[in-house]
Amino acid sequence: MQRALLELLLVGVLGAVLGCWIVLYRLAYSAESLAHALFPGLVVAAIVGAPLLLGAAGGVLVAAASVALATRLPGIGRDVAVAVAVTTLFGLGALVALAPASPPGLDGLLFGDVLGVSRGDLVAAGALASVSLVALAALHRPLLAAGFDRGSAASLGVKPLFVDLALLALVAAAVVVGVQGLGNLLVLASLIGPAACARLVGRRLPQMMLGAVAVAVACALAGLYLSYYASVAAGAAVAGTTVAAYVALLAASPLLRPRPSSASTD
Amino acid sequence: MTELLAVRNLAAGYGGPPVVTGVTFEVGEGERIGVLGPNGGGKSTLFRALLGELRVARGSVRVPPRLGLVPQTERSRLDYPVTALDVALMGTLSRVPWWRPLGRRDRSFGLDALGRVGLRDLAKEQFGELSGGQRQRVLVARALVQDAPVLLLDEPFSGVDQPSADLLERLLDELGDEGRGVLIATHDLEQARRWDRVLCLNRRQIAFGPPAETLTRSVLEQTYGAEIVPLPAGEGGVAAVLPPHHHDHA
Repeated sequence: MQRALLELLLVGVLGAVLGCWIVLYRLAYSAESLAHALFPGLVVAAIVGAPLLLGAAGGVLVAAASVALATRLPGIGRDVAVAVAVTTLFGLGALVALAPASPPGLDGLLFGDVLGVSRGDLVAAGALASVSLVALAALHRPLLAAGFDRGSAASLGVKPLFVDLALLALVAAAVVVGVQGLGNLLVLASLIGPAACARLVGRRLPQMMLGAVAVAVACALAGLYLSYYASVAAGAAVAGTTVAAYVALLAASPLLRPRPSSASTD
Repeated sequence: MTELLAVRNLAAGYGGPPVVTGVTFEVGEGERIGVLGPNGGGKSTLFRALLGELRVARGSVRVPPRLGLVPQTERSRLDYPVTALDVALMGTLSRVPWWRPLGRRDRSFGLDALGRVGLRDLAKEQFGELSGGQRQRVLVARALVQDAPVLLLDEPFSGVDQPSADLLERLLDELGDEGRGVLIATHDLEQARRWDRVLCLNRRQIAFGPPAETLTRSVLEQTYGAEIVPLPAGEGGVAAVLPPHHHDHA
């Protein structure tokens, strides 16, 4: 139980901070697509005993190539091409993971098993989450500038493509951190949910990030208790409490958000 | 006068045929140069070529290591959770390595820049809650934080209230006095007449030189087409002519 809580806290803190950028960059759908599209990479890595991070990296490359190829198909638009590529890859991954000939336990990559997290899993997730948080701290200024005005970022010395690729890599890393506990299907809840909650009330980015971390921690605790006492899957319970938190904050946001000051008079 | 920026026979575009051709001019220390032309005439393309964002199809561009850009405020996101100071401090990316956290000195630099544009008291206000003129001034503060020898301002007076416009005009004078070169894309001919030189573009360079000699009726007709609106001659004997765009919003 303690390991489960620690795993959820790791996923929650990384997901909350990274999620703020995903929400601000309006990349929620892209992040979800990426998380699902790299699934075959995770499955292959688990089968051959390679690190999941390596599998995620390979999965991202295959996903990028598949999307690029799909967009060249005549007669379908870009969004349809992305949807075709992502669902094909996710379907392939699920097919292999759930095949009778596959080693047992691969379905855990789909749905997660936070109560089955080992000490080794926790150490690996902790190391990867720490590196990702340090990277996010280092990237804070370029991320802020490119998200504010992409067109002017280059004049400040920021390459928007570099920022996009860094965000993509961090999303892949966050999926790896969270896949053991929440599974590939629900890990996005930890990336989008707390940040979406904080966006409702936070007026500045540091406030938003702190708020997202608070929501993530509270939902991890509440979800774990709910899972224990109601005998429901832990990942689903955490995702469910995050959605409930969002609905509650949405209802209360007019009261919680401070009124704009009267700055706009010259 | 030291030359800060030089462009020779530039042709630039977006991969297809060049959008603007035959551009030759230079910016000296302390010079304020107005860049005139209709919408689509190549002003923004020229700026993007100077910033290295577009491939130079022909000719040469020599720019200082840093160029400050003041974009039109509509390009910025108003729903972004940043204060005026946060935006001003984005200018440090040109000077301070991107991975290094900012220190007290950097913040003080940002506050001073906001002070120069008259917004020090509003440093902690949300950028999106400022007026259009105030937002434009914050973007000027960001360019000041960049501490670049040459600043490019893309229609900084567009949609700006009178107090902000007056303050920006004074600031441009101060920047010139400090030895910085300033390129200002504008539709306002009267304003351009007060600057040191003007560059007239309409998909090619029409003219470049001091306003009094350059802004002739012939040059303005070639720059803005035949639809210019003549006004009575000014005191200097040069007819004041407004392009339709300016006239519409006057």
